[in-house]
Amino acid sequence: MTPDPTLADITAEPGVPKPDPLLVLDGVRRDFGGVRAVDVDHLEVQRGVITGLIGPNGAGKTTLFNLLTGFDRGGTGRWTFDGRDVAGMPAHRLARRGMVRTFQLTRVLSRLTVLENMKLAAVGQRGERLLPALLRPVWGAQEADIERRADDLLDRFLLAAKRDDYAGYLSGGQRRLLEMARALMVDPTLVMLDEPMAGVNPALRQDLLGRITDLRDSGRTVLFVEHDMDVVMSISDWVVCMAQGRVIAEGPPARVAGNPAVIDAYLGSQHGADDEQGSEETTS
Amino acid sequence: MDFLVILADAGRGALGPVAAIYALAAIGLNIHFGYTGLLNFGQVAFMLVGAYGVAVTVAVFGGPLWLGVIVGLVAAVVLAFLLGIPTLRLRADYLAIATIAAGEVLRLVFNSGVARPVTGGVFGLQQFAGAFYAVNPIPSGNYGFGRLTFSQRDLWVMLVGWGAVALATLGVFLLVRSPWGRVLRAVRDDEDAARSLGKNVYGYKMQSLVLGGILGALGGMLLAVDAQAVAPNTFNPVVTFYLYALLILGGAGTVLGPVLGSVLFWFLLLFIDSALRQAIGAGYIPDEVISPADVGAVRFALVGLGLMLLLIFRPAGILGDVEEMRLEAGAGATPRRRRRGRKARPAAGKRTDERVGG
Ligand SMILES: Nc1ncnc2c1ncn2[C@@H]1O[C@H](COP(=O)(O)OP(=O)(O)OP(=O)(O)O)[C@@H](O)[C@H]1O
Ligand SMILES: [Mg+2]
Repeated sequence: MTPDPTLADITAEPGVPKPDPLLVLDGVRRDFGGVRAVDVDHLEVQRGVITGLIGPNGAGKTTLFNLLTGFDRGGTGRWTFDGRDVAGMPAHRLARRGMVRTFQLTRVLSRLTVLENMKLAAVGQRGERLLPALLRPVWGAQEADIERRADDLLDRFLLAAKRDDYAGYLSGGQRRLLEMARALMVDPTLVMLDEPMAGVNPALRQDLLGRITDLRDSGRTVLFVEHDMDVVMSISDWVVCMAQGRVIAEGPPARVAGNPAVIDAYLGSQHGADDEQGSEETTS
Repeated sequence: MDFLVILADAGRGALGPVAAIYALAAIGLNIHFGYTGLLNFGQVAFMLVGAYGVAVTVAVFGGPLWLGVIVGLVAAVVLAFLLGIPTLRLRADYLAIATIAAGEVLRLVFNSGVARPVTGGVFGLQQFAGAFYAVNPIPSGNYGFGRLTFSQRDLWVMLVGWGAVALATLGVFLLVRSPWGRVLRAVRDDEDAARSLGKNVYGYKMQSLVLGGILGALGGMLLAVDAQAVAPNTFNPVVTFYLYALLILGGAGTVLGPVLGSVLFWFLLLFIDSALRQAIGAGYIPDEVISPADVGAVRFALVGLGLMLLLIFRPAGILGDVEEMRLEAGAGATPRRRRRGRKARPAAGKRTDERVGG
């Protein structure tokens, strides 16, 4: 894994400008009652690289994802995607523009089959409008194309055998795979993954890591949240660390790992981070 | 006690105009509830505006029948927008509250003295469907076999009614197999997931509400034409619940569910009705237990009992897929204890991440 050359000369400090940012955040804040869950003054996400977003539990990573992708409309501030102001844009329009996210708690469509989950995600389907939907000849050919693409991806994500099962029968790890494969059906510019490795076994992890670097190599931008430091360090070109809603450090993986502020933030909440897996499992 | 009479009565119920009317309205409700997951508790409101669209246009304003049909359809679309715009962005329960209220408000307003010049108030309107019967191509007479016969008038309504049911069923069949139907089912399962994949959830819910509402209005029109009369109190909230009952009986979220449900529902209802009356008439049931005046209520109690039994043994309805039903939001995540072990599911147990949120 070679670090991205375009980021080599950039100073590792919060809010530093990048040569070709895809996503630019300015003064993005979100308050829940008295708590400021997200408080980002300035952040740029470089195009075409993998950016890891880390931070202790409750740092505001998921909340930031929700804001950026239009799922949480209660925030303030401005952010641009691909040069356009997209603050306040509804989630579905952002997705169509190429900003696609997955969820920390997976959201497969359980009463659709795995294949249907995939096909649903393709954009620009003629048969998704009411009147053309009645006429199969109008959308049949496109549907066949979409199905081929879906089968390709299912193959790569090791789900081909589950193709015709209800997605609700997938295991936790398989759901993660499906969610990621499904996001790719949208043909996104920016893929935002919220803890894609949670609940995935080590062997599969390696595979998923490969898939994520494939995304970058095919020209997409990846922003992902992850708690597993080995994962973050091994595939990120750039790492951003949040704590208590703020960006406290950013830089190349090695630099961030050694940053005292980061170590501090993690040590301060180390206990919480270790507990997370166990407590989550008992809540359902 | 004549079993043939009972069967004939039940058959008349199963095939007659009323079953077609309920089937039509239930197909609309199936689009809402079965495929999109919209909780519309006021399908009867759509029936009401359809019925009055025809009745008022013809009986009060002297317009032609076809114009009445258009007025009824437009009214249904307007009602769908009025109900949907404020509620479809919110949680499912808001639509439920709005629809149940709208049904009652419309019924009471149409009933009121103020509205009387237009709606006829509590007496309603009559004799507006002459044009419909004037074009009846069926020669007069009685048709059928044995004791199960229909007049040419009934047959004409049935022809149009079941024709409309067939067309609507075909439409639903084509739609739910299309990408459009796939989005609808995705919205039913998890709105946020659909949204994250670029689907305009609000737009699809609105289309569903309008489409199902139009079918409800068509049912209402047919009801008005069949009776040659409308009165507000026909459109009681309970009609919507009959529609739910027969939809669930047949299988919500299946193409033929509402049709089969309606046929069975009316068959059972009239079977029990006729059987009780015969049994009372023949002295099998003493007057003190059930008097003829009670039959109307008792038959519903018995149908209700039947529905409960059905839901115990076939929880997804006759045509529904039980597997699919168990996967309904969250059910896949937390299998109830008695199901555990009966069916080996992949990685059952320590599943933690399907809950909503994130
Ligand atoms: N809807 C909400 N209402 C109130 N508080 C919320 C809400 N959503 C998030 N928070 C709070 O905002 C803070 C940030 O939460 P968030 O889910 O963004 O953390 P995170 O960085 O994703 O953590 P984790 O790594 O555990 O997923 C937490 O303190 C959380 O309790
Ligand atoms: Mg999170």
